Amino acid sequence: MGMTLTEKILSEHAGKEVRAGEIVIIKVDLAYTQDGTGPLAVRKIQEMGFEKVYNPQRTIFFFDHASPSPRIELSNDHAFLRNFAQKTGIQVSDVGLGISHQVVAESYVRPGDVVIGADSHTCTGGALGAFATGVGSTDAAVAIALGKIWLRVPETIRVVVEGKLPEGIYGKDIILHLIGKIGAAGATYKALEYTGDTIGGLEMAGRMTIANMSVEAGGKVGLFPSDEITRTWLDRMGRPEDFRKMSSDPDAVYEKTVRIHAKELKPTIACPHQLDNTKTIDEIGEVKVDQVFLGTSCNGRLEDLHIAAKILKGKRIHPKTRMIVTPGSRMVYREALKDGTAEVFVESGALLTAPGCGGCVGLHEGVLGDGEVCLATQPRNFKGRMGSPKSFIYLGSPAVAAATAIEGKIADPRKYL
Amino acid sequence: MKGKVWKFGNAISTDHIIPGRYFYLRSNLPELSKHILEYERPGFSEMVSPGDFIVAGQNFGLGSSREHAVIVIKMNGIQAVLAKSFARIFYRNCFNNGLPAIICNTDQFEEGDQIEIFLDQGKITNHTRKEDLSFLALPPVMKRILNDGGLVEHVKKYKDLRLI
Repeated sequence: MGMTLTEKILSEHAGKEVRAGEIVIIKVDLAYTQDGTGPLAVRKIQEMGFEKVYNPQRTIFFFDHASPSPRIELSNDHAFLRNFAQKTGIQVSDVGLGISHQVVAESYVRPGDVVIGADSHTCTGGALGAFATGVGSTDAAVAIALGKIWLRVPETIRVVVEGKLPEGIYGKDIILHLIGKIGAAGATYKALEYTGDTIGGLEMAGRMTIANMSVEAGGKVGLFPSDEITRTWLDRMGRPEDFRKMSSDPDAVYEKTVRIHAKELKPTIACPHQLDNTKTIDEIGEVKVDQVFLGTSCNGRLEDLHIAAKILKGKRIHPKTRMIVTPGSRMVYREALKDGTAEVFVESGALLTAPGCGGCVGLHEGVLGDGEVCLATQPRNFKGRMGSPKSFIYLGSPAVAAATAIEGKIADPRKYL
Repeated sequence: MKGKVWKFGNAISTDHIIPGRYFYLRSNLPELSKHILEYERPGFSEMVSPGDFIVAGQNFGLGSSREHAVIVIKMNGIQAVLAKSFARIFYRNCFNNGLPAIICNTDQFEEGDQIEIFLDQGKITNHTRKEDLSFLALPPVMKRILNDGGLVEHVKKYKDLRLI
């Protein structure tokens, strides 16, 4: 009987053949935390009595949520993490270097890896064909200290996307459509695996958006088979030796298959306050917007910025709307500066922040006030996520974000293409 | 375990349980825990008594991996969380911190009901309504973690993962 990609990766890491439903203890290739979950993970490591960690070269503390720190308490947390990293040799990705999931996709994650991160969007790494999943601080502490974790091998839901994507439709629309279709708990405890010719043709940026939001359907991972697009990405990141071709066997057993026809997709919006409260742009009606937010681990890649900049070029954002652009990493930031993308944003009236997660999590860099409405490219729209519990968050693609910034209300990007 | 029911709806995320705006209090847990579920029920931390239960609908604990959501529930004296279903990371975080998360038909409970949970027997007695309800036994691995007093205590005991 054939194996799913999940079963293959977990079998390799368990040292024996394992199947969906089994409880396994597996070795971890890469473990990381961010500055909101890291301090607790360190305290757990200390409580367990460990002074050394399993593999400091493949353990990373990211400083991306409070980046740079807006408060004394968070600066103290940062100092605590830096101090522990210095003692143990753990790698530090300090403020300004970028969002954990983006940086690991650039520099660390390999097809076939098991990646454990103390952040729910760790599943972004699935875009490269890695079993990457988010956990809490205690599980991360164990993974850091012992180099292993226990897991239940998940059943796989196969998502087949077929056909040519219409113009103005991106990875974001595919994943929002899927979440609307199967629900915010539609893949709880399951692996999502994306295949079909549309997926095969999707660039890494679009794959990462889909992998990233797999957790918003409850998924444990959002896996893509590794292929030539993965190889091209790894080449571009300067680590071609990390490529390895991996996919499910043709006779693998799936729990179910969900089919999506690309030609039927429209720009899709998740409305307040739940991810599965989705509407197409035609159904949205008039929604005036105070703030547009482009960035995050979901849509802060160079390709995302290019999509928005192409629409904004030579135009001004609406006088009653502000637009915040947060590149996902220093690499993205630098490239956007070099190729003129950053200039387009600044000239159009948008503001550019340092790379980080602060806006999406309501910490700083764009906190919403009472009654305010935001159109964001981030992965979550829960009540109070970006600040006031009386604010409203709509989610859409970078193209929707740019069109919305121009019109001051949620707008269809297709007329600008 | 015996205590009072506090009822919540569907899709209560970890952002609802402890909002991101209190991020800066994550190293000050006594202060952080005062803000538990405050958007859903202002003043909840002052209403709840040690030994009470949080009882919710579908997909409880979805969203962010922040384990602080479980910690503030424990710090407010909640003995167990009951829901129709749980999000994955939150479910693990509960057991890792020695907090039982029980999957059952929570429509059977109303706010204020006095209930008693018999973990080993998979039974809940609703003393207010004089009814018994059974629930699916906890997975053996979760039971093991719970019996050891959480994952930290488990690892302290074995200096390793000995769950299977």
